[in-house]
Formats: sequence, structure tokens, C-alpha cells
Amino acid sequence: MLEYLVIILGMAGVTYLPRMMPLVFLANIELPPFWKRFMNYVPPAALTALIFPGILSATDSALFALAGGLTAMILAYQKFSLLAVVIFSILVVFILQLGVQL
Amino acid sequence: MEKTTRVKDKSLSKERFLAGLKAGLPVAIGYVPIAVAFGVIARTLEIPAVIAILMSVFVFAGASQFVAIELIAAGIGGVSIILTTFFVNLRHLLMSATVAEKLPALPTRWLALLSFGITDESFSLLATSKIKTLSAFYVLGVILLPYLAWTSGTVLGVLIGGQMPSILESSMEIALYAMFLGIIVPEVKKSNPKLIVVSLALFLSSLLTWNPFLVLAEGWRIILVTAISAFIAAKLFAGDDVNA
Repeated sequence: MLEYLVIILGMAGVTYLPRMMPLVFLANIELPPFWKRFMNYVPPAALTALIFPGILSATDSALFALAGGLTAMILAYQKFSLLAVVIFSILVVFILQLGVQL
Repeated sequence: MEKTTRVKDKSLSKERFLAGLKAGLPVAIGYVPIAVAFGVIARTLEIPAVIAILMSVFVFAGASQFVAIELIAAGIGGVSIILTTFFVNLRHLLMSATVAEKLPALPTRWLALLSFGITDESFSLLATSKIKTLSAFYVLGVILLPYLAWTSGTVLGVLIGGQMPSILESSMEIALYAMFLGIIVPEVKKSNPKLIVVSLALFLSSLLTWNPFLVLAEGWRIILVTAISAFIAAKLFAGDDVNA
């Protein structure tokens, strides 16, 4: 039990430091223009890396995951709220999986 | 006079906090099934319930927690587990730095508190937010519900231990991807440079995943793809408005 606790504390420490240090040390600093542009392009780049190819193994079948992803993209393009995008995508995958089970 | 300003400040803080809670709701919904799955798997691997819950309370980082319980169950030593966790979560360094750009000057203790809530998902919301300078109360609102969903979902998972219908769980695992897509599509729609960044990142991510030469851990793939794509774009679109 004690060994588990030590592992958790270690994990908590090494996870917290990369989260905390940039916020504490960069929040009050004005970056040079190049690095401001760099930071501006981090979100789309990181989101893409987070989505692909991970989405392909999100559900039992890559095809259903693609259907769910496509639903999300179409609704987002049509300016639906983020909550609606999430709920409808879950619903589409759920109905597809239900259809296969029946 | 001073009293009325303070009352006004207080109601403004409350308003921002509530707006943050609302923005964080889709993330919280996406976290529930994953947290439940984490709790369930921890029990299947015979990790004590209280250890699984404490891990969610103190670490609050999905992927690395799944990896950690697998490694613990496999009897891997603590140092290796902590080192693996470090590399899996190192990507937050880049995300946190991006969020820092959007924060006002805040006392260090506030920054130290808010930084605990930086995850892939809260970063996505905060870094792409239409609000130019995020207030501390808004950020607090954004990270609170997902944290509660993550911790209480874990508790639920260790309690039910394998009782959740798998079809429901599997359907809900699309939630976070749907959220990422819901954030990125409007971003790309209004900016050509960002569309190019996304295409570049898509190409690099595929290349690093499917190539015969190099097997990369997921954490490293995300860091490399993000840093290289953003760097090239920053070089390429030097003349562009930063807010384009």
C-alpha cells in the first residue's frame, strides 16, 4: 500500500510540473512575435495530433468512429454548440452499434 | 463608492465562473465514461479501490493513469512508472505555455492552482476561446466540472466494477474526439494558415504512426507533431496577423 502511495505522489509530481511551470513563469511575460505566432498555431496542431489516428480506435469499429467523427465535423461546420456536437456524435455511434447488435 | 465597485466585481466574477462551468460541461460529459472505465479496469487488475481513486484525485491525467495501472499490475518498478508518466504527460508543457499567453497577470498562487487543471481538453477550450484575455474565474469554471467528473467517475467505476453496458461505454468514447473536432472545425473554417497547419499535422501524425523505421510512444508523437507543425507555420506565415 505504501509503495502504491509513493508511485501516486511521484506521478502527481511529474504530471504537475510541466503543467505548472509554463503558466507560472510565462503568464506575465511578453513573448517575441515569432513565438507568439508559434503559440497561435499550437492549438490546431495539437488537436490534430490528438484526434488522428487515435479516433480510429475510439469505438469497437473504425467505421463507426469515422461516422461519429463525420457527424461532429458536419455539425461543427454548421455552427452547432459544442455540447450538441458531442451528444449527437455519441448518439450516432450508439445507434450504429445497436443496429449491429440487433 | 468602493463598496458598490466590489459588489459589482463579485457579480462579474460569478458570471465569469458560471460561463466557465458552461464551457467545461462537454468536457465533463466526455470524461465520465473514461473515468468509469478507468475505475473498472483498475478493479479488474486488482488495484485497491482507494489507490485508483487517489490516482484520479492527485494525477488527473487520463492516458498516463491507464498506462500506470497496467504497469503496476505487471509488477513494474515505481521509478519506471513515474518516468513513463513524465514522458506521457510532457506534452502539457506546450499546452500550458499556450494557455499562459491568454491569461492576465495573476498572483502565482492562482496560476499554480489553475495549472493543475490543464488537460488536453481544457487546453483545447481555453487556447481557442474567443475571449482574448481569460479571467481566473472563467478558467476555474472550465476546469472544475471535468475534474469532478473525472474523480467521481473513477469512484463510480471502482464501485460498479464491470457492470456498465459495454455498448454505452464504447459509444461514449467518441465524445472527446467529437469535442476536439467541434473545436477545430470552426478554427480551420475561418483561417487558411490554420488549415495548412492541420494538413501538415495530419501528414506528420500519419507518418510517425505508420512507418517501417520508427515506433514512437503516443506522448512523443503528439509533442513532435505539434512542435514541428507549429514551428513551420510560424516560419511560413510571418506576415500574418497573430489572431488570423
